[in-house]
Amino acid sequence: MVTNAASFGRSGVHDFILIRASAVILACYSIFLVGFIACSSPLTYDVWHSLFSTLPMKVFTLLALVALLVHAWIGVWQVLTDYVKCTSLRGVLQFIFVVTVFCYLAAGIVIVWGV
Amino acid sequence: MELSEQNVKKQRPVHLDLQTIRFPATAIVSILHRVSGVIMLFAVGILIWLLNSSLASAESFAGVQSLFDHFIMKFIIWGILTALAFHLFGGLRHLVMDTGRWEELASGTVSAKAVFVLTVAFSIVAGIWVW
Repeated sequence: MVTNAASFGRSGVHDFILIRASAVILACYSIFLVGFIACSSPLTYDVWHSLFSTLPMKVFTLLALVALLVHAWIGVWQVLTDYVKCTSLRGVLQFIFVVTVFCYLAAGIVIVWGV
Repeated sequence: MELSEQNVKKQRPVHLDLQTIRFPATAIVSILHRVSGVIMLFAVGILIWLLNSSLASAESFAGVQSLFDHFIMKFIIWGILTALAFHLFGGLRHLVMDTGRWEELASGTVSAKAVFVLTVAFSIVAGIWVW
């Protein structure tokens, strides 16, 4: 059976759980980051730099980017399977989106590594 | 022909008057949840670029800050915050619905409208914040 070749998890149920688990991580990260920037206004370089120089923040950022990869992979799959009926085009688009989010992850690793 | 197939193909009233067809609030929330998700996929690229510049050095951090003087940058950030809020509120609604709540027509419509109200409220606050 190859009907779920483009899914991220092992099955639809697995994808269902993964997209929600990653959603919780992304919600926590985005609420924290927007809240931090809002509360530390005006934001200075020292405050910003020291936030990202701590190990927990680096881990949190990379965790969020891994969650983004999972979340976007499944989300893009859901959208593309509904609207793009041509299988080869859908495959190409899925590939482009997944590679893009992998690039985000790689960029994020390099960015927080150097802080 | 299967019985289920007969039921589908039998004569039924057809309503295709586009002037009077309205999506219910739940359907609009559903489609905008997808739209905002795809928007944010592109937005993260911008945010990663901003994160890189803001953390590289004090000079590049100041460069990012001066970017925010431009209207177009303020508009992009406001748009990202609005898309984020909509996707987040819609996502929280999904999580509540996973527990079996808000699944009836009335409660589903109310919660869908609540997503709109909360997003508009957050969007206004975000607009004041950015400008």
